[in-house]
Amino acid sequence: MHLYKQYIFYMSKLTEIKDDVTIMFAGDSGDGIQLAGTQFTDTAALFGNDISTFPNFPAEIRAPQGTLAGVSGFQLHFGSVKINTPGDKLDVLVVMNAAALKANLKNLKKGGTIIANIDGFDRKNLKLAQYDDNQNPLEDNSLNNYKLYTIDVTKQTKASLSESGLGTKDAERSKNMFLLGFIYWMYNRKMDSTIKFIEDKFKHNQQLIDANIKVLKAGYNFGETSEVFSNRYEVKAAPMPKGTYRGITGNQATALGLIAAAEKSGLKLFYGTYPITPASDILHELSKHKNFGVKTFQAEDEIAAICASIGASFGGALAVTGSSGPGIALKTEAIGLALMLELPLVIVNVQRGGPSTGLPTKTEQADLLQAVYGRNGEAPVPVIAACSPSNCFDMVFEACRIAVEYMTPVMLLTDGYIANGAEPWKFPSSTELPEIKVEFAQSSNTIENFMPYARNEKLARPWAIPGTKGLEHRIGGLEKEDITGNISYDPNNHEKMVKLRAAKVEGISHRIPEQTYENGQKNADVLLVGWGGTYGVIKSAVAELIAEGFSVAHIHVKYLNPFPSNLGSILKQHKNILVPELNNGQLVKIIRDKYLVPAQGINKIQGLPFHASDIKEAVYTLLNQKSILAGNPA
Amino acid sequence: MDDNKPLTAKDLVTNQEVRWCPGCGDYSILKQVQTVIPELGLKRENIVFISGIGCSSRFPYYMETYGMHSIHGRATAIASGLKAVRDDLSVWIITGDGDSLSIGGNHFIHLLRRNFDVNILLFNNEIYGLTKGQYSPTSHKGQITKSSPFGTVDYAFNPVALCLGADASFIARTMDRDPIHMREILKRAHLHKGASAIEIYQNCNVFNDGAFELFTEKTTKKLHTVFVNHGKPLVFGQDSEKGIILDGTTPRIVELSNYSLNDLWIHDESDRNKAFILARMFDDPTQEGAMPRPFGVFYAETRACYEDLLNQQVEKITTTRGKGNLDAILRGNSVWEIV
Repeated sequence: MHLYKQYIFYMSKLTEIKDDVTIMFAGDSGDGIQLAGTQFTDTAALFGNDISTFPNFPAEIRAPQGTLAGVSGFQLHFGSVKINTPGDKLDVLVVMNAAALKANLKNLKKGGTIIANIDGFDRKNLKLAQYDDNQNPLEDNSLNNYKLYTIDVTKQTKASLSESGLGTKDAERSKNMFLLGFIYWMYNRKMDSTIKFIEDKFKHNQQLIDANIKVLKAGYNFGETSEVFSNRYEVKAAPMPKGTYRGITGNQATALGLIAAAEKSGLKLFYGTYPITPASDILHELSKHKNFGVKTFQAEDEIAAICASIGASFGGALAVTGSSGPGIALKTEAIGLALMLELPLVIVNVQRGGPSTGLPTKTEQADLLQAVYGRNGEAPVPVIAACSPSNCFDMVFEACRIAVEYMTPVMLLTDGYIANGAEPWKFPSSTELPEIKVEFAQSSNTIENFMPYARNEKLARPWAIPGTKGLEHRIGGLEKEDITGNISYDPNNHEKMVKLRAAKVEGISHRIPEQTYENGQKNADVLLVGWGGTYGVIKSAVAELIAEGFSVAHIHVKYLNPFPSNLGSILKQHKNILVPELNNGQLVKIIRDKYLVPAQGINKIQGLPFHASDIKEAVYTLLNQKSILAGNPA
Repeated sequence: MDDNKPLTAKDLVTNQEVRWCPGCGDYSILKQVQTVIPELGLKRENIVFISGIGCSSRFPYYMETYGMHSIHGRATAIASGLKAVRDDLSVWIITGDGDSLSIGGNHFIHLLRRNFDVNILLFNNEIYGLTKGQYSPTSHKGQITKSSPFGTVDYAFNPVALCLGADASFIARTMDRDPIHMREILKRAHLHKGASAIEIYQNCNVFNDGAFELFTEKTTKKLHTVFVNHGKPLVFGQDSEKGIILDGTTPRIVELSNYSLNDLWIHDESDRNKAFILARMFDDPTQEGAMPRPFGVFYAETRACYEDLLNQQVEKITTTRGKGNLDAILRGNSVWEIV
């Protein structure tokens, strides 16, 4: 905590230094909110702030205008300190209309700043936002606990474009640029990056370039000249490890990781998929990179997407399919086939709220049990999970390695939160990435010698691709005879094969990194066991708890099937185990089952990420109960 | 196998015991395929047979080539992915009426639309055999089966018309009991660049015996079938005494005593409209005045294959942009330094 505030006088306006700021842009889903948010993020990142973002939008592309259901938000947490999450509570809320205010006000800190577009608070908008008749929050003093600034963005935008020759509709569409320009002023930011973006985006329409830049600058100048605003803020660059950084979202990182794995294995990438939220951006990204020999196949359905990938794998490609929960459900039978065929295949599940169609644009971690257990028969599949946007790169690369080395389908779990969220990434150079060793079975002149289901020391069978003389063989979904791969209904053989397939997957635990602590010690009273996209928030919560004097530790499990070989011994060192998950308790079930430890869940199932406070409170409650039981109330 | 010795039918036989019911039409199809392939100039290692589920789908186990016996209805989707990455392979899909037209209907039509260069052998026996006798999407209305003891109320698919509707670039019909014709059609299918759909009438002597006997039995075949050949008139009948004319868009049976060959419908494989009319000659053969059932190549056109277009696009973009540089995409468009 700062004992006193630092002030800098700059151009007659006061500038206050902040460690970190959480800001949300909110408006109709057609207001260009996501674009404004992304632009501010890029500018903050380029400046050297640490960042974490959380775009939150309705499933409808153009949801009913002005309604609560149609509110789209983009939350950004940036700072001169280490940033792990998009922020629990907002410092600044920028709203385009009444509905955006109503939907997000509860997340604004007391004393926080509201910047409201007056035009979005007319009678019609107030009614759509379900405010009472004659109630206007901008005028009735109900926002007295906040710093409220109102700007007639629509009027200002139109005024700045009065001579541009643009129609009213086009002019109004650049409202988001006015607000963005204003926020750039407020945080002392340069507009270069956004200007470059505008020039690039509208490169075929000079009129739109001029108009958008003009409105952006008008917003900036409004801050400068308007009497209303006296304060500006400065958030200095964060002390991050030296190096070259870029911004990255989880889905981008997944796509890049796949291309990297293809390059490092010498295989051609084949991505069979079917459009689904929130996984489609992986397809969009990969389809741009055909000059890497990447083949994307937009199939007729989810089943065809995975089956085409199985065909491509049979042919010797690095085959990948991606989807989200409902699509994974459809692919299930084919995952079983890939497992039986023992062909490499990567399945990416960008999880979203379920079941069924569920909450397509909201995040959840509720597909873990599906990933680990959700197939007919004894069907073990390695499952790993990424914990942050940039970590998607490392984990999808790892999924490819495991798939190829072990001749098995591998499931990678990410989620909507890290898939769409962005963070700075100190990206690797190609030479830093390990090679993925691939050996196709070699030509043989005597077919009798080729055994498609003979196994190496990892229990992986040979990858013999069509076109290889002398290795002609047949594979299929019927039970295989050990070694020969012929169809077999022999009872003992079936049991043997089930055990072999399980042993192969279990054996992976010896070739993955041991579980390490993210924070805290092995003798801590409470161990928090996280997985997936909750990494940042658990990390923040644990750091705060330790600072408050609690004995807490955090491990984050990236390998979920099989677990790292030392996980059990770590768990047994802690009296209390808490498993925070955005589901109704899934990893906690597996851990209790496998290690017989009394782990308890911290669960949130609202389609939203945890707040650090959710986790901290669960720890307080646990320790309170314990001390009460011990006759020693805290 | 000796490198220099030409491939023989025997080289294509595996050590697996063939497990179809004795008398099944599948035996004939296997025999014709093993007979024809050595004539196609292919290397055994470059041939892949892919099947789904059903009696017919056991086929790959009996072919000494690469093969995959996959899951129900998905052979077409698997073959699509294989062909997308390996255009050098000769890919044959083995499927049945249930496999391709029911559970795999979606992949089937999309493969035809995309026109992957594969050969699809659709064994149509108008019944589910492997699951022991339920009606299939090609069973005729009213058919008594295990799952329709009072007769099915389902309306049957006309597979050739379905393929035409999906814009297949090669569509033919043949039968298990006419090996010479089948071999000819198989060869044509192989030579056709693009998706070749062959409907093969195949007798299931256990659950649907005699479904096609009017077309296949010596005594009735000539009266109930018409074998179409490009550029040739549509002639049929016990002594080739009947012909078919096109009256507007309606085919009519005429006696050659009253008409000359020149008056008849001359088959043109490249005419899509006429192919539709031909496909609709799908009468119940037991009805009085029924049109004969056509066999042969209904339609063939040259149209770009998906895998060629895909490969061309990859090549073109690689040429114009240069081969992808991993470091460049890892870096992206805007970076910053922390010093």
